[in-house]
This record gives sequence, C-alpha cells and structure tokens, in this order.
Amino acid sequence: MAMHKVLGTETEYGIALRGDPGFNPAVASSLVVNSYPGARVKVQWSYEEESPGRDARGFGHDSFGVTDPDGAVVNSVLANGARLYVDHAHPEYSAPEAYDPLEAALYEKAGERVMYLAAVEASRLSGKRVSLYKNNSDGKGNSYGAHENYLLSRETPFGEITRYATSFMVSRQIFTGAGKVGSENDRPHVDFQITQRADFFEEEVGLETTLKRPIINTRDEPHGDPSKYRRLHIIIGDANLSEVQTFLKLGTTALMLSALEDGAIPDPLDLRDPVESCWKISHDTGLQERLDLDGGGTATALEMQQRYLEWLSKYVEKELDDPVWHQVLNEWEGVLGALETDPTTLADTLDWAAKKRLLDGYRERHGDTWSESRARALDLQYHDIDPARGLYYRLAGRGSMRRLFTDDEVERAVTAPPERTRSYFRGRCVSDYSDALVAANWDSLVFDIGEPHLRRVPMMEPLRGTKELVGPLLDEAATAADLIELLGG
Amino acid sequence: MADQERSHSKGKGREEAAEEDVVVAQSEADLEALDDLLDEIDEVLEENAEEFVKNYVQKGGE
Repeated sequence: MAMHKVLGTETEYGIALRGDPGFNPAVASSLVVNSYPGARVKVQWSYEEESPGRDARGFGHDSFGVTDPDGAVVNSVLANGARLYVDHAHPEYSAPEAYDPLEAALYEKAGERVMYLAAVEASRLSGKRVSLYKNNSDGKGNSYGAHENYLLSRETPFGEITRYATSFMVSRQIFTGAGKVGSENDRPHVDFQITQRADFFEEEVGLETTLKRPIINTRDEPHGDPSKYRRLHIIIGDANLSEVQTFLKLGTTALMLSALEDGAIPDPLDLRDPVESCWKISHDTGLQERLDLDGGGTATALEMQQRYLEWLSKYVEKELDDPVWHQVLNEWEGVLGALETDPTTLADTLDWAAKKRLLDGYRERHGDTWSESRARALDLQYHDIDPARGLYYRLAGRGSMRRLFTDDEVERAVTAPPERTRSYFRGRCVSDYSDALVAANWDSLVFDIGEPHLRRVPMMEPLRGTKELVGPLLDEAATAADLIELLGG
Repeated sequence: MADQERSHSKGKGREEAAEEDVVVAQSEADLEALDDLLDEIDEVLEENAEEFVKNYVQKGGE
C-alpha cells in the first residue's frame, strides 16, 4: 500500500509598483513580506538543513544552492503553518503540509489572501500601490514557479518515477493550464496557449529550476526522515486561481503517484519526445495534436488522460476508501468529458478557458482597438490577487467560477493550521509561543527558553504533530519551556 | 423562448426538463455576468495598460 500522500504547494508571485516601473523587486518583495499584518513569527530559516543541490539520482553538487545566510532576508512562519518569505525577487508563500488535495487547495487559496493583506499594508506604508500577480510568466521570457510537493517512499526507485510520471505531467497540462497570450523562449508563435509554463521546459530530467527546466525535477530534499521519505518536487505546473482546478491538479497527481508506488499503472505511455510534446500540447487549444508514442502509434493528451482516468478509477475502487478520491475522480471525469465535447463549457472551471472566453469576448467587442498588448494586459489582470481588480476574482464574485470553499473557510485557513499533519504543531507554536520561537524549518523548530542552549524540536514525521497527537499537550503547556518539558526535555 | 426550451427537452421526464431549464437559466445569467464584466474591463485595467504590461518584467524567479 502506497505511502499516504502528504502534499503542499509553493507559489512565487509577480510584483509591480504602480507608477514606478524602475522599482527594485527584491526590496519591494521584502516590503510585502515584512508588511504582512497577520499572526506570524519572523525567524531564521535553518538553511543548513536544506540541500537543494542534492540529486535524487544519487549525485550532488555542493556549489549549487540557496545558502543565503543574509540576515536581511525576510523569513516568517505563519499561524497556519505556512512559510512566507522573499525568494530572490519575488514574495513567496509555501503552504503548510496538507493531509489531502482538498486541504492543499484550501491552503493555497489562503496564501492568496495572505499575499493580498500583505500587499495592502505594503501599499499603505510605501504610499505606492503594490500589485501582486499569481501567474508564472512576464510574457518576456522570464518565468517564476508554482511548485508542488508530494511525499513518496524512499523505496520507490527514482527511475520508476521518471519513467511513469513524465507523460502524466505533460498530458495533464490540458486541465492544469492558466492560459497565456503569445509564446516565449523561442517557441513558435501562437496567439493564445493553454499554459504559462510549457514554453520553458527544455529537459526531461534534471536538477535545475531556473534554466534548462526539466519536466521531472530531481531535487532530493525530503524535509523528513531521509531513510523513509522522498519529496517529489514538481515544477511543471501553472499557478491556478480556480479552486476546482487547483484541487484537480493536486488530486489527480497525488493519485497517480500513489498508483505508481503500488505498481498500478500498467503502461508508462512513453512519449517519443516529451519536451516537444510539452509545448505542442500547450499550443493546441483545440486539443487535437497527436503525439508520437515510443512504442509506436500516437495519442492526444486528452486520450492519454482518459487512459489514466480509467486505470486510476480501478485503483481507487480497489485500494482507497477516503471519499476525497472519489471527488477527484468525479471532477476529473467531468472535465475530460467537457474537454472532449466543448472546452468552452469549462470557462467556469479552468483558468485557461475562463481567460480565453474573456479575451474572445473583449476582442469581439473592441475589434477596432484590439492589439496584442491590450490582450497581454487583460491576461496579466486575470491574475491580480486584489479582489476588486483581478479578473478571476471579479468572475468569481459574480458566481461565474465554480468554487469549493467559502470566503469564511479561506479566511479561517489564513490563521488556523491543517490538523492532520505536522503543520498543526508548527502553526500552534507560532500562535502560542511566538516570543520563544527563533528558527524554523519544515522538519524542526528551534526555541529559546532562556537557557544557555537553544532547544531544537525535530519533526521528521510529516504525519505526527497532528491535533490528535499534540493538541492536548499544547493546550497544557503555557510556555515554550513547559512545552519542551512535556515533550520530554 | 420558453417554448424553445421546452422543445429541447421533448421526450424527457419532468424532472430532467426542469433541470435543463435551470441550466439554461444559469448559463443566461452567466452570459449577463460576463457581459457586465466585459463592460468593466477597461476600468479594471491599469491606466496606460499597454505601457504597464510592457514594463512588467520579472527576473530572478525559482
């Protein structure tokens, strides 16, 4: 039986200062992160525990890495267990580890709210309007990421992951894309394509995330007991605003990885050229592109996804009880069916279809003043996370996007952590012992309880530190010193 | 209009016909919502949107 798929997302936001095109993005991002008015603790992020240069294929480069010990780099941990920080020139929100894809989608949406609250305060403090965009490209060849993370067993050979996951990741783009005007990175010109990211993928497998991006990223940082766990770091997705789409992307991928670990995918559906297939699928909004398979024959991305749906439906029937997986299957079946008959009917479900409908409608109305730069402006505005200005939010506010969560549920997820993973412990410590918390990482917290030595609490098990396991203990401990004592010194 | 909708659902049970009416009503409401939003897009877009988007450059990600 496959390891439970604890998961979470990381989102880098695009940033702009109104009326100040020459602004320094690193400084502005720091301002945003520093301005967040909600419950949080500014901490030292224990970089020494992170090793982004370690390669899952078994080799490493020491010189690679984020070892940026600059004390000025802003890092904070929020009361919901998330990390809010500056990653180079972008504000980034890393959602807390979630128990299932529905919860992971909720906490990603909470991140938009966190970023919005931070941007409002940053605007007030600076006297300039700071706008944040949940997208992945500036339309000029620069991309920034929306990464997904899934817990896998260390026993799963990395070669198997590469062999079976590549075609899934490439073909899922038909329902994971956020839509984009134009093409980039020297790909052939198109007016509009399904995804923001596809143009940027140049390798099948590799360690990079910023150049020569690979479809399967090999970064080996488990953020947990390395003898038991892998964390698969997926960099090929778009940042989605649609709640249903976010859930669908995470849910189908978690399911596929689970089935992969259980040997329940009968055929890897190897593509002859995954890199070329990647952008060709994205460039074809009619979903007709036929791709060569390695074993001979061809398939469209939609046909491939229909095969996965068939296999994974059987897998869920046989192996998984939790109703969340049936919700994933239902949504998936509905979306694939609509993609087959009429993708425009998904304008209330998929970002790319919603954006395309806006673009087509706008063009029809203003054919006389239409220009590609106007289309690009509309594209960008879809992703503005200001509820009053962003076009996704305007659509959702009119009931034109299907939703999974109420505003109240999202608001609650801004301050309350997930309850069934270790993020519960992290979030509660931020709420209850903020003055003693001095450093943090995904798999540990460090407290200063007034003794000569700092006290480190390891959290190597993603499914411990839950409300059930540590809730009573946290309720009992009035101070961090009490907590350390109750944990056994 | 109502007749047209009915003729669509000829041969279907009462419940299905009612459901279809709801779907039609929803998609009409949705089209109106889209129309309203299209009316407002120019307000939501930045002043000098073309210039703004030209200056939107994001380096140093991931």
